[in-house]
Amino acid sequence: MTTKTLNTAATGLGFLPAVFALVLGLGIMALTGHVQASGLHDAAHDVRHASGFPCH
Amino acid sequence: MTQHMMCVTHPASPATKTMFSRILTSALFAGAAAGLIAALLQLVFVQPVLLHAELYESGELVHFGGEAVSAHPTLPGFDAMRDGLSIVFTMLTYTGYALVMVALMSIAEERGAKINARAGIIWGLAGFITFHFAPGLTLAPEVPGVAAADVGDRQIWWTATVAAAGIAMWLIAFGGTKISYAIAAVLLLAPHLIGAPEPDSFAGPVPTEIGALFAARAFGVGMAAWVLVGTFAGYFWQAEGKRAEASA
Repeated sequence: MTTKTLNTAATGLGFLPAVFALVLGLGIMALTGHVQASGLHDAAHDVRHASGFPCH
Repeated sequence: MTQHMMCVTHPASPATKTMFSRILTSALFAGAAAGLIAALLQLVFVQPVLLHAELYESGELVHFGGEAVSAHPTLPGFDAMRDGLSIVFTMLTYTGYALVMVALMSIAEERGAKINARAGIIWGLAGFITFHFAPGLTLAPEVPGVAAADVGDRQIWWTATVAAAGIAMWLIAFGGTKISYAIAAVLLLAPHLIGAPEPDSFAGPVPTEIGALFAARAFGVGMAAWVLVGTFAGYFWQAEGKRAEASA
């Protein structure tokens, strides 16, 4: 008996975890780097400047 | 002889779950570790320059006036609330970077690239170019108090430039054809030829010496931290892969 396992990546759906992680990462970056809500802006102020995000 | 075909395609399949937890675990370790080091480097090398600039932003010090101003004023010391938040937010930001990087590493590995700590150094440099250097080449890291165009417009330009540079990095690394190099060159150059939103007039009260030092320090610390993100991401990605194999 031979068992063949098809690699998930070959089906296209295999990239789903990578896509989720990518979106999550970009979401976190948007939150810490871009969202202008004043509480977030004040808390992340120094980080935004030091990390080259447009701040004010 | 019967041949069984196992097709692992369902989104919630064990293989997919394993892959997702491997990406998440590697990225969290790499991002938190590199972010903590980045935060400490920023506190030592960038924060004093920022606090110095804020003395001019607030008007406590005035440059271009009649009298010479000392270049070595007393700066506020460590502020637990402010600097503590900076540490947390730097770690969060670098976790975001690491999630994106590890996600792309997993795709690259599926396509035959070798991912380890050593390869991670190059990944880190590519990340630095994508997220810091490419947008910063025209929208230089700003010290507080400088004149700048509308923040929304700059964020759009920043995002587009980062996206273009990221695609360019991928094409340079994995494209492999002359056309892909040419497209990468166009993507890297175009945002700067088009130009970023600029202020209508200059109004910054901060001495140029401080602004220049701030931009240089932000780039330097950014590069060091990104190389660490890449190295850690490559290392944890490989280690988590071995662990998953061993427990499978």
